[in-house]
Amino acid sequence: MTDALFTYVLRLADDAAILSQRLGEWCGHAPTLEEDIGLANVALDHVGQARALYSYAAEVEGKGRDEDQLCFLRVERAFRNCLLVEQPNGDFAQTIARQLFFSAFMLPFWEKLTGSSDATLAAIAAKAEKEAAYHLRHASEWTIRLGDGTAESQRRMQEAIDLLWPYTGELFEADDTVSQLVAAGIAVDPQGLRAGWLATLSRVLEEATLTLPAQGWMQTGGRDGRHSESFGHLLSEMQYMQRAYPGRNW
Amino acid sequence: MTEKTTPLWEVFIRSRTGMAHRHCGSVHAADAEMALQAARDVYTRRGEGLSIWVVPSAEIIASDPSEKGMLFEPTASKIYRHPTFYEIPEDVGNM
Repeated sequence: MTDALFTYVLRLADDAAILSQRLGEWCGHAPTLEEDIGLANVALDHVGQARALYSYAAEVEGKGRDEDQLCFLRVERAFRNCLLVEQPNGDFAQTIARQLFFSAFMLPFWEKLTGSSDATLAAIAAKAEKEAAYHLRHASEWTIRLGDGTAESQRRMQEAIDLLWPYTGELFEADDTVSQLVAAGIAVDPQGLRAGWLATLSRVLEEATLTLPAQGWMQTGGRDGRHSESFGHLLSEMQYMQRAYPGRNW
Repeated sequence: MTEKTTPLWEVFIRSRTGMAHRHCGSVHAADAEMALQAARDVYTRRGEGLSIWVVPSAEIIASDPSEKGMLFEPTASKIYRHPTFYEIPEDVGNM
């Protein structure tokens, strides 16, 4: 059970850390000053979540590792984040589509996790829930503005939705690790969130005059450490400091 | 982004209950909802706010700087209008 809990918390931590790294790449490059700060805010929310989750994972593991070692000194195949969060930023529409898919899942996920029998996870969820609520609003409003905007913004937003859609199946995967923890009242059953997630997306995409893709074939592998080609480059940038100066802190 | 697609909005933040909203800056945004969002992201990052107002900058009616002599100078010589001749009890709080 300890192994399963460690894996579960690590997955959540990796999701938050990798997404924050991707969002951080926008810093100084976003289309407007306002959005530059807005995306950095979202990135920092995920940094906060990642820190709490890595610290807890390290505690559960009990092998003397800390949050920095888990985040910055593991190799590519040891990361357990879903493929969606590691997808490159692309144009602004792709970043917004990634945010929409992920936050529409994470909001109800954190809401449910506040009822976890694991007190630490429940406390982390209570804080993350409010952050996720804003992330979803932010992504939804942009999706609507871009979808129901100009011909070009609509084309790009629809292309982004279609491009990232195959990475959403992984959010709902429930392997033995998840099933075991769901049975113990610790984890959230992701299958139970699918209907609500689809309803949120349908509402936003309809207002955005965009089309929800058909179910179709889904990508998988992130939870087992099989990542996208670009992932190694992301890690080399994210882990540079701890690898060049081991144990350095500030 | 142009002024036409994302006009300027003035941002007012109320930091505490009982205080007035104070002007703190401006943002560019496509509409009111996006302006509120941008104002939240830009101006309340360190816990500054409990409430936000945004107002289209074009809707602000401003006094003419060339009239400042007529408008403001006459008050400079009327010291008796300043509320400095009595003490305000501590309990009054924010005035």
